[in-house]
Amino acid sequence: MAETKAPVERPLSPHLQIYRPTLTMMMSIVHRITGAALFFGTLLLVWWLIAAASGPDAYAKFSWFASSLIGRLILLGYTWALIHHMLGGIRHLIWDTLHGLDPVGREWLVRANLIGSVVITAVIWIIGFLVMGGPL
Amino acid sequence: MSTKTQRMRTPLGRVRGHGAAGSGTTHFWHQRLTAVSNVVLTIGMIVVCISLLGRNHAYVVQILGSPLVAILVMLFIVSAVYHMRLGMQVIIEDYVHDDLPKIACLMATTFFCFAIAFASLFAILKLLSGV
Repeated sequence: MAETKAPVERPLSPHLQIYRPTLTMMMSIVHRITGAALFFGTLLLVWWLIAAASGPDAYAKFSWFASSLIGRLILLGYTWALIHHMLGGIRHLIWDTLHGLDPVGREWLVRANLIGSVVITAVIWIIGFLVMGGPL
Repeated sequence: MSTKTQRMRTPLGRVRGHGAAGSGTTHFWHQRLTAVSNVVLTIGMIVVCISLLGRNHAYVVQILGSPLVAILVMLFIVSAVYHMRLGMQVIIEDYVHDDLPKIACLMATTFFCFAIAFASLFAILKLLSGV
């Protein structure tokens, strides 16, 4: 009982670095990354709401940031992450019903996810610029 | 001891224990539930955000403080924050294996989510009361 055995070197199951990257694998990783980004992105939402509740000066500070170049880049990334994660979520809901799991179906779904997220993000920003009457 | 005599519990009794985590499929199901509500609420939030682009403070306060928009924003916050709490829990449980850092990360996640939700809801309630 007093003797403790040295830990046995057990084989590990193959992980990411073993497999050849595939589109479905990359999209799974991107889904997780966009989810984590949106987690911290809620800080922007809180800033916006609290600024609106605080008064004109606080709101002017938020507006200045949101319309600055770095602010717009962050908001563009936020929009894309949001749409991409949303479409990815719908893809997972479809997979939950056991549809689209075949090789053709799953490749089609991840491509639609990727292309759809870029197109919808572009459409949202074009509508936004039209509402504002131009990019300035 | 044969395996047969060990199984004194009925299937119903085992199900009621909700498995090793004690919560069964609750995490999975709540993630799906909030995923569906997030799709609807996010579309509404995008419409609200676009309509407020470039507007001055007075206009934004008026819109965010109107009942229907305020309800939409509050529902979005509750649904989105609950969903991201569940998602971050999965990420932490995948990558942080030692008990102490894992529990610390999970606690920090819960605190962050409560702070985000409370601050947002407080801001909307203040706008609703028109102060």
